[in-house]
Amino acid sequence: MDERLPATPGQTIGPFFHDALPYARGHELVPPGAPGAIRLHGSVYDGGGEPLPDALLEIRQADATGRAPRVEGSLRRDGGVFTGWGRAATDPGGRYSFTTVEPGPVGDGAAFFAVTVFARGLLNRLFTRAYLPGPAAEADAWLAGLDPARRRTLLIEREDDGSLRFDVHLQGEQETVFLSFPEHRP
Amino acid sequence: MTEAATSDLEPQSVISDEIAALHARAGGDATQPRVDFPPYRSSVLRHPTKDLHHADPEGVELVAPVFGHSDVDPLEADLTIQAGGDPVGERMVVTGRILDGAGRPVRHQLVEIWQANAAGRYVHKKDQHPAPLDPHFTGVGRCLTDGDGGYRFTTIKPGPYPWRNHHNAWRPAHIHFSLFGTDFTQRMITQMYFPGDPLFALDPIYQSITEQDARDRLVAAYDHDLTTHEWATGYRWDIVLTGSHATPLEGEGDDRG
Repeated sequence: MDERLPATPGQTIGPFFHDALPYARGHELVPPGAPGAIRLHGSVYDGGGEPLPDALLEIRQADATGRAPRVEGSLRRDGGVFTGWGRAATDPGGRYSFTTVEPGPVGDGAAFFAVTVFARGLLNRLFTRAYLPGPAAEADAWLAGLDPARRRTLLIEREDDGSLRFDVHLQGEQETVFLSFPEHRP
Repeated sequence: MTEAATSDLEPQSVISDEIAALHARAGGDATQPRVDFPPYRSSVLRHPTKDLHHADPEGVELVAPVFGHSDVDPLEADLTIQAGGDPVGERMVVTGRILDGAGRPVRHQLVEIWQANAAGRYVHKKDQHPAPLDPHFTGVGRCLTDGDGGYRFTTIKPGPYPWRNHHNAWRPAHIHFSLFGTDFTQRMITQMYFPGDPLFALDPIYQSITEQDARDRLVAAYDHDLTTHEWATGYRWDIVLTGSHATPLEGEGDDRG
């Protein structure tokens, strides 16, 4: 079983990714104004509380019925296909924004957006989860295993305008819970 | 850039001493960079200080996004034909395979690259290096892996370039690679380097991987069998992602795409 190949190391995304990775409508998993469209947005902060103007977030999510799409078309969003994946760079103020739909729960767990974070100064990618707040999140066994103060960093806030806010803190008192998966072992 | 403008920056010797001290204290199983690596000054406030929290992947984390021919034009794999003329520099082919931790090829998946031109300059608006832009080179490419996990780009060998981590800091020549696996937990971004680069020992980004064997995995091999007569040099670089957590679906295999 354990005849595994050692993984190639990651490296920082660096400062010069903007002409390569972001693309037109990369952050629009559904068009603005589509039925059920919501905004998932927030800021990425460093340990000094400064926003990062050079971070990149990607999200992977289920559709409203809880199905994880396995369809192409993310890079040319002209077919009206929901691919469940999107990419957004932070703006000069450190803010990012996606237009998407709320994911439905997959199986018994609470519904979340899987999130990957890249940034200049960050030597390897980080994984986290942005959970929809509500009874399902409160009942989620994995979330319940987290220290309450830290659990809060994974919960989306619903803003008055109906949008979903999820901030990422790379470091500091509000440091986001970042994840390690079994296959990430050295 | 004048000496006066850079006098606030520390000398290479300070950075090199810090790297040596961190390597001396490091454990032997570091296959990935340390995100807490102060010689890379920009990392100081940009890395988590708490341990990563263990999670078993759930739902969408077991399913990577899917890309296909509607996403990527095959011509995007040739960075020498994108801007209406031949770019300056050493034309080269970079090719290899993408495998998961069990050695299985990652098929029909997206690979994205970006790089400086032969003079060490990025098109990016924030690149202030006073080296010439090449009107015939954007430095950006994409492709899909084939049924055997293979990728192939035609490009120009990038030059090293200066940055302001410390005084007289230069990055070894590299190409950025963005990679997906078959499940979302395999997502990664890294940099490919060239064999024998004299800047390796000095570079805090490369040296943030504290184990030599692991650093070597980021270095492509010159391959004379890939080099073509009177046309291009050839480099080979295989990439191994972390393992997949998902059981391959029935019917999913070589026949897609």
